[in-house]
Amino acid sequence: MTTSHLAVITAGLTQPSSTRLLADRLTEAVVRSVRETNDSTDDVVVEVVEVRDVAHDLTNHVLTGFASPELQVRLDAIAEADAVIIVTPIYAASFSGLFKMLIDVLPADALRDTPVLLGATGGTSRHSLAIDHALRPLFAHLGALVAPVAVFAASVDWGSQDAGLLGDRITRAGRSFAGLITGASKVRASDPFDDVTPFAELLHGSSRA
Amino acid sequence: MQFGIFTVGDVTTDPTTGATPTEHERITATVAIAKKAEEVGLDVFATGEHHNPPFVPSAPTTTLAYIAAQTERILLSTSTTLITTTDPVRIAEDYATLQHLSNGRLDLMMGRGNTGPVYPWFGKDIRDGIPLAIENYALLHQLWREDVVNWSGQFRTPLQGFTATPRPLDGIPPFVWHGSIRSPEIAEQAAYYGDGFFSNHIFWPASHTKQMVALYRRRFEHYGHGSADQAIVGLGGQVFMRKNSQDAVREFRPYFDNAPVYGHGPSLEEFTSQTPLTVGSPQEVIDKTLGFREYAGDYQRQLWLVDHAGLPLKTVLEQLDLLGEEVVPVLRKEFDALRPAHVPEAPTHASLLAATSSSEPVKENAR
Repeated sequence: MTTSHLAVITAGLTQPSSTRLLADRLTEAVVRSVRETNDSTDDVVVEVVEVRDVAHDLTNHVLTGFASPELQVRLDAIAEADAVIIVTPIYAASFSGLFKMLIDVLPADALRDTPVLLGATGGTSRHSLAIDHALRPLFAHLGALVAPVAVFAASVDWGSQDAGLLGDRITRAGRSFAGLITGASKVRASDPFDDVTPFAELLHGSSRA
Repeated sequence: MQFGIFTVGDVTTDPTTGATPTEHERITATVAIAKKAEEVGLDVFATGEHHNPPFVPSAPTTTLAYIAAQTERILLSTSTTLITTTDPVRIAEDYATLQHLSNGRLDLMMGRGNTGPVYPWFGKDIRDGIPLAIENYALLHQLWREDVVNWSGQFRTPLQGFTATPRPLDGIPPFVWHGSIRSPEIAEQAAYYGDGFFSNHIFWPASHTKQMVALYRRRFEHYGHGSADQAIVGLGGQVFMRKNSQDAVREFRPYFDNAPVYGHGPSLEEFTSQTPLTVGSPQEVIDKTLGFREYAGDYQRQLWLVDHAGLPLKTVLEQLDLLGEEVVPVLRKEFDALRPAHVPEAPTHASLLAATSSSEPVKENAR
């Protein structure tokens, strides 16, 4: 049995926060998939870093060049993690400033060769591509192994019928990321001619994912 | 053990009065502070070197020579001498001259400087900071130890048949410290030469200093200069004192809150708990300073910063009175009682001279 350390960086500002909610659901999906993938023998230890809790410490770090003990514990957890989940709100077409301050004070190479799962939240789904035009270049620069499947959650995703679709995206991202962490081979899509969705189900508006 | 002060030489507006000293006032205040340091019984006065506003000490040997002429006992030093952007030939000449004029009351602390544009202004590249510090010091070391130097390197025009004049006083090069906050290469450099290592830990938590000093001590022993606890260590410190602790906090807070470097950042309380800064009574300064020994070991030199952030000259001189009358006499006694007999004092011109005349002089090879 091996133990993986998973750090979760969540940069929401409100309480409760939809960013934290997305981070928690991604974490749950990843942990579940890791355990399923590896015969339930592997354990995952999760360390959540709420950026808001160290907002003042981050400003002080930027000004003085050193971390308070409270911030240092969190920086160490991120640098020592085997994998990192990162969720930030999207402000003005990019990650939040507070979130970037944390990234700025991470030790060089803290995320190099580390699997990273990206998530972001925003007011409308028109910000979806912020993950790809703002977050991916940042983590490419840091040399992280950025998971190809990321999750963007707009406000509308949390209600009505779209909520179910968000759940599917989270599950898919969690499964894909677990594969990246554990090195499991990918799951092939089933042959649509082999296993058809019965018409009664199509009439009720559902299909097999 | 040596106790003293080091100045950055900043021209900063006094946040309580809005008054900004002129450069002339700041330079003459620096001289007054150095003379006062001798008067109250401190051992060392060190000045920084900067080549940009709001700092005045761009020509440290001029200022130190002027101070040397007006003092008799105090040791003059630098905090730091920019080994990266200053031609080592000029360092060799300037400081050897100062060594003669001050009758050996001189040592130096090498540093890289922390102002990016200074490098290009002097034709250097900040990315070469460490290689510059290593090559330039290797040349300086040679210039002070060999009468005729043939040399070529990466950063300066080669030298053929060059003699740096004047030769060091009594043939003994000034003792050198190497200052660094977090570059292990510099601790390694100090250890290699058996020079002193100074950790200016005033803006940083103790954990950084502990790591750097431990590395220097380990490598000092590795290079055969003595046991690890015999390595020559200096530490920075920063204090503001009044008889009554609350008065010190009340008076210093506006200076702290608006200070260059850390102003408008952490609170005074956070900063004093996380760094060596002490704002309080002389007894609190004594207690905190004795605590440095717990993570740095028995060390040889303690320098304090007392004159920055716009503090008026009168206040700075009062701080020196408190250091000389109430703090340093107690610390001398306490540190002396704690220090094992085999741990040496910091080398001085007199001690180095005594060491060479008591044994056969050894011609040192260029490294």
